[in-house]
Amino acid sequence: MADILLQLNNISVVYSDVIQVLKGVSLSVEKGHIVSLLGSNGAGKTTTLKAISGLLKPENGEVTDGEILYNGVNIQNQAPEFITRQGIIQVLEGRQPFKYLTIEENLRVGTATRPGKPYKQDLEMVYDYFPALVKRRKSLAGYCSGGELQMLVIGRALMAHPQLLMLDEPSLGLAPLVVLEIFRIIKKINEEHKTTIVLVEQNANMALQVAHYGYVMENGKIVMEGNSAELADNPDVKEFYLGMGASGTAKSYRDVKAYRRRKRWL
Amino acid sequence: MKKMSFHPCGNYRESYAEELSIFETWFGRVCLGGFLLLLFGLAPFFLSPYLLYILNNIGIFAIAAIGLNILIGYTGQISLGHGAFFGVGAYAAAILATRLNVPFYLSIPAAGFITALVGMIFGIPSGRLKGLYLTIATLAGQFIIEYVLIQWESLTMGTMGITLPSPSIAGWTISGDKMFFFLIFLSLVATTWFAVNIMRSKFGRAFIAIRDNDRAAEGMGIPIFKYKLLSFAISSFYAGFAGAIWAYYMVSITTEPFNLGLSVEFIAMVIIGGMGNIPGAIFGATFITVLNEVLRYATGILMNVSVITSMGLNMAPLREFVFGLAIVLFILLEPKGLAELWRILRSSFRLWPFSY
Amino acid sequence: MDFFLQLLVNGICIGLLYGISAMGFVMIFKASSVLNFAHGELLALGAFFFLSLVTWGKLPIIVSFLLTLVGCFLLGFLIEKFFLRPLIGEKLIFVIMLTVGLAAMFKGLILLIWGGNLHTYPPFLPDALEIELGSIYIAPVYSMTLLISVVFLVLFGLFFKKSSQGIYMRSVADNQKAALSLGVHVRRVFALSWAIAAMVACMSGIVLGIINGVNVHDLSAIGLKVFPVVILGGLDSIGGAIIGGIIIGLLETFTGGYLNPSLRDVVPYIVLVFILMVKPYGLFGLVEIERV
Repeated sequence: MADILLQLNNISVVYSDVIQVLKGVSLSVEKGHIVSLLGSNGAGKTTTLKAISGLLKPENGEVTDGEILYNGVNIQNQAPEFITRQGIIQVLEGRQPFKYLTIEENLRVGTATRPGKPYKQDLEMVYDYFPALVKRRKSLAGYCSGGELQMLVIGRALMAHPQLLMLDEPSLGLAPLVVLEIFRIIKKINEEHKTTIVLVEQNANMALQVAHYGYVMENGKIVMEGNSAELADNPDVKEFYLGMGASGTAKSYRDVKAYRRRKRWL
Repeated sequence: MKKMSFHPCGNYRESYAEELSIFETWFGRVCLGGFLLLLFGLAPFFLSPYLLYILNNIGIFAIAAIGLNILIGYTGQISLGHGAFFGVGAYAAAILATRLNVPFYLSIPAAGFITALVGMIFGIPSGRLKGLYLTIATLAGQFIIEYVLIQWESLTMGTMGITLPSPSIAGWTISGDKMFFFLIFLSLVATTWFAVNIMRSKFGRAFIAIRDNDRAAEGMGIPIFKYKLLSFAISSFYAGFAGAIWAYYMVSITTEPFNLGLSVEFIAMVIIGGMGNIPGAIFGATFITVLNEVLRYATGILMNVSVITSMGLNMAPLREFVFGLAIVLFILLEPKGLAELWRILRSSFRLWPFSY
Repeated sequence: MDFFLQLLVNGICIGLLYGISAMGFVMIFKASSVLNFAHGELLALGAFFFLSLVTWGKLPIIVSFLLTLVGCFLLGFLIEKFFLRPLIGEKLIFVIMLTVGLAAMFKGLILLIWGGNLHTYPPFLPDALEIELGSIYIAPVYSMTLLISVVFLVLFGLFFKKSSQGIYMRSVADNQKAALSLGVHVRRVFALSWAIAAMVACMSGIVLGIINGVNVHDLSAIGLKVFPVVILGGLDSIGGAIIGGIIIGLLETFTGGYLNPSLRDVVPYIVLVFILMVKPYGLFGLVEIERV
């Protein structure tokens, strides 16, 4: 078995002491891999990420059962300050820039896990990955476009030199070409820095193209796992997440339209 | 609708009327009735004048605190000008009584209405401002009213103050703590009854909706500005009404007591009593008034202890310190206030011995 | 004309004082969105601490000044840790009333220890700071105020714009969750901003004490005067606080000089109400960038 960086053993997460969201999730992430986490809305993908990164606490959530091992060390229910310093950085869903900070200041916040260390080189690296940010470096993040912001938040996370980078829906609300660009860069980051990446996506097609391994979640449980190629070949995944007919051929446009029309008029 | 004699162990209400009822059981109603009977029947005749004086003060402040609770606890608009409104009521009554010879039973409500008007004027910023900006605007209102009270000498006699005639009705003069006790506590019962009932009307529901989410309330078709103004008006009416009674009770008034400190005390009453809880405001008024008296008493004793006086220490500021400490401790330890403690106490009796 | 000029200069001087008094207030608001009603008492604590060190401790001025700053830094840190931290995420009114309660506690404490009388510092400012331009006279304390406020403005500007810690602080104020996700130590940022703000407040307290003498009631009254100043300047702008201070200072001296001295103290509040009605976020406050 290859090197396991992160291991979740049967974890449960409960919000506000009553709402159970994760019901025994187990997954493992190999060092240097891209692992994608698929599933419909409310399946518990984001909660899984937050359980790992320690961001449950501000939302009154808690890991009540199971264990999260990172490099063999138990990290569940630790403070986010601690976890981020171990090298786990989560990029939040929906691009959360610091609106009143400039792009460059935003990136500098990414150095919070190692304050006082030189960061100039890292800035260069981020600008290298995302040339689009260079010319906006002095403008307020609040005035940037969605694509720029997504690059910004990924770049910001890179500033922290993460060992494990967790991306929550990086394609949310972006134009297809921009999505393509973002995924190309994700792949590049993984290859050049050997950064392990956990990718939560609705765009299953894109996610399975870049990922090595994938998990499918439903209702707070892992229902399927496998190599990306296997998953992409699985008839259920095809039907529900890749938008293809069960036979493997692309659904005809007419089917989709008929379905839509029926749904609307009935 | 069957009135239950015991508290149900869950929510078994079957109609909206039941949901809105004030007393869940006849026992509660009897308890309150009995308490009021005891209060009116025994207190004025058996208490010493000093205790009666404190009780009267509690009653007056409770009326004002209920008003503030409607604004802060139910409508969610924080006002730092309640002390000034209290003063407006006191002065309105004093001026009506001395200049126009209005009898007290007219001047006290009139003072309430005048204060309501003033309160609405200072509530206008609530149309545009929210949260802390509104708080600061009401702070400005406090200072502006204070200034007007001091400087409008032709009307308010400035720092000289006004002396009020004793209130009389049909040749019958109300004076002394005992007579005032009835005036004050009958008013308190009436205003409490009104407040409790307005909170279960459409107005009360609108206030709560505005407090919880004013945008959603607006989206549901509640004209929020109108209701905020109404809330300001009701709350200042209470302040003015209480202030007017206070003016009659104190006989002579100056501008001095109606400062920011009084406003802060009112808010402290609301918080310590329990926000969004009408009986809570009465608890809060009781707590603060008693605390003030106890501290006055304690510092008085400490001042006479020779060790401390020989050290040249002045213990009077201790009052301020303990007052602040009480607020801080309540906020940190029991933010729902005395009303919550009372509820816990009651239910632990009710559920004993099976508290789960 | 001379009268006008003298009023102008006086107004600016007083305004600068208000401005630096407001700086600490703005810092706290910027980092943790807390409206600090205990600000005046913080000013007073600093002034009295310094007073004790200078007159009772007989320490050299510069040593006592530094000690005061350190003491206030710790004080701010402790206030945040014990009183404000449990209230993170609580309703506005609780936070406001907590600071009001703290204000009463501090005031009582100060009165208990130092009493309510007016104290003065021994004179120690060099006369070289005295400025005389024709008929206009600026006392050394005022030129020192000017100096201090400019120095602090520049220092804070650099701190918030350039230093990493400053940027982390702004990031927390901006988007707490995102800051948390990047490993910014949010609790430390809150504590630090209270500590720095208390330090600044104490320093302004000392300056005020040099000019007006040290008295609890005066100093806590200035803590309330801070509100119109910061509303004018925008609650989250330190430069705005200085400008707001100057505007309020000018308003006060001109109404005092030309209209009616008794109006002096209430004019800032009247102006405040009008400003709030026209521009609810103040003159220099951040306009919300709303992007959905």
